[in-house]
Amino acid sequence: MVKPVSLGRSIRLAFTAALLGAAPLHAETIKVTIDNFTFTPAEVTVKVGDTVTWTNHDDIPHTVVSAGKYRSKTLDTEDSFSFTFASSGDYKYFCSLHPHMTGMVRVE
Amino acid sequence: MSFDDHNDSGASRRKVLECMTWAGTGVLWTLSGGVPRSLGLVDAARAAGQKASGLTFLQISDSHVGFDKPANPNAIGTLEEAVNRIKAMPVKPAFMIHTGDISHLSKAAEFDDADRIISQTRLDVHYVPGEHDFLDEEVKLYKERYGKGTRGAGWYSFDAGGVHFIGLVNVVDLKAGGLGNLGAEQLAWLEQDLKGRSKSQPVVVFAHIPLWTVYPQWGWGTEDGGRALDFLKGFGSVTVLNGHIHQVMQKVEGNVTFHTARSTAFPQPAPGTAASPGPMKVEDARLRSLLGIASIDFKVGDERLAIIDTPLAG
Repeated sequence: MVKPVSLGRSIRLAFTAALLGAAPLHAETIKVTIDNFTFTPAEVTVKVGDTVTWTNHDDIPHTVVSAGKYRSKTLDTEDSFSFTFASSGDYKYFCSLHPHMTGMVRVE
Repeated sequence: MSFDDHNDSGASRRKVLECMTWAGTGVLWTLSGGVPRSLGLVDAARAAGQKASGLTFLQISDSHVGFDKPANPNAIGTLEEAVNRIKAMPVKPAFMIHTGDISHLSKAAEFDDADRIISQTRLDVHYVPGEHDFLDEEVKLYKERYGKGTRGAGWYSFDAGGVHFIGLVNVVDLKAGGLGNLGAEQLAWLEQDLKGRSKSQPVVVFAHIPLWTVYPQWGWGTEDGGRALDFLKGFGSVTVLNGHIHQVMQKVEGNVTFHTARSTAFPQPAPGTAASPGPMKVEDARLRSLLGIASIDFKVGDERLAIIDTPLAG
């Protein structure tokens, strides 16, 4: 027989987990840099709930655009953009100013 | 005349130093007998002022007002220097075209500064946008300022001095992995614009990104540029003027002459000579030679395909 206090705690935990969805408790932030008109690394593999942060080190502005999924503002030198991935899949993205710049985030 | 000429003939150092005092300037074009010929730099044009007849117009490009990085901490200053050169010309061009990247980040203050400086030329200016001119959140500043009487993202045509001028936009709706883009709507408009036009009328097409493929690895080309050129087949004289790559390149292909202008803000490397097409930092003494000491040797009637790299100073 579960004591009432434990039951309450379990419910609270369950409620918290529901709020977080499927996100793991230790979500990570993965960094992608933009140097010389290149996303590095060009492909990263992350887990659901992880965040990817892109930082532009070029003297020219860039963007990070994944069609229909996410779109950064224009990133001037040293500006960053972050996106947290809530569901699995392959997220191809590119710079809408320099479309030869492409990359991918694989969310498992 | 070219920068080479200064050097070839044993080039007095004095002459070279004179060159170095040049800031970013424009390229002066004159049309005689229906065939555009570049008169080279603004001062070459000044020297040849008496010869210039018919329509003359100026091209400037890539002002990048607001750029302040090491490749040129004072891009606004070099634009002012270019404008001062234009103001000093004894033969006033009919108008000017600006082939985009007026601003660096599409900020209102950058457009304001550009307008304040460029208007001092007292010339009509026909603009087309570069990708740096569409960076504001609502993507409205360029159209508000320069879009009057244009279609779509800002394309249009006009006639001057018997020549048909077409300003195209190839910096919007770019596709991942691709190059510059004109799009179906603009191409349909272009086809209509040219339909029924006399094939003997000279045509000048200008857009920001080169319409021909210069170096796809750096995105220097236009995905559907070939379709636009198809519509221009049969015209006796077609000149395509672009910016974007911050250096002089040209080629002549049949009836079409392609030419890119220098920037007034900062140089970019020749294709494949650097890790990226980003701003190229050079010694201070060389900067102005790369911005302004362009000489355009416009070869008329040369049927060979040729992209000519203009030698750098030194």
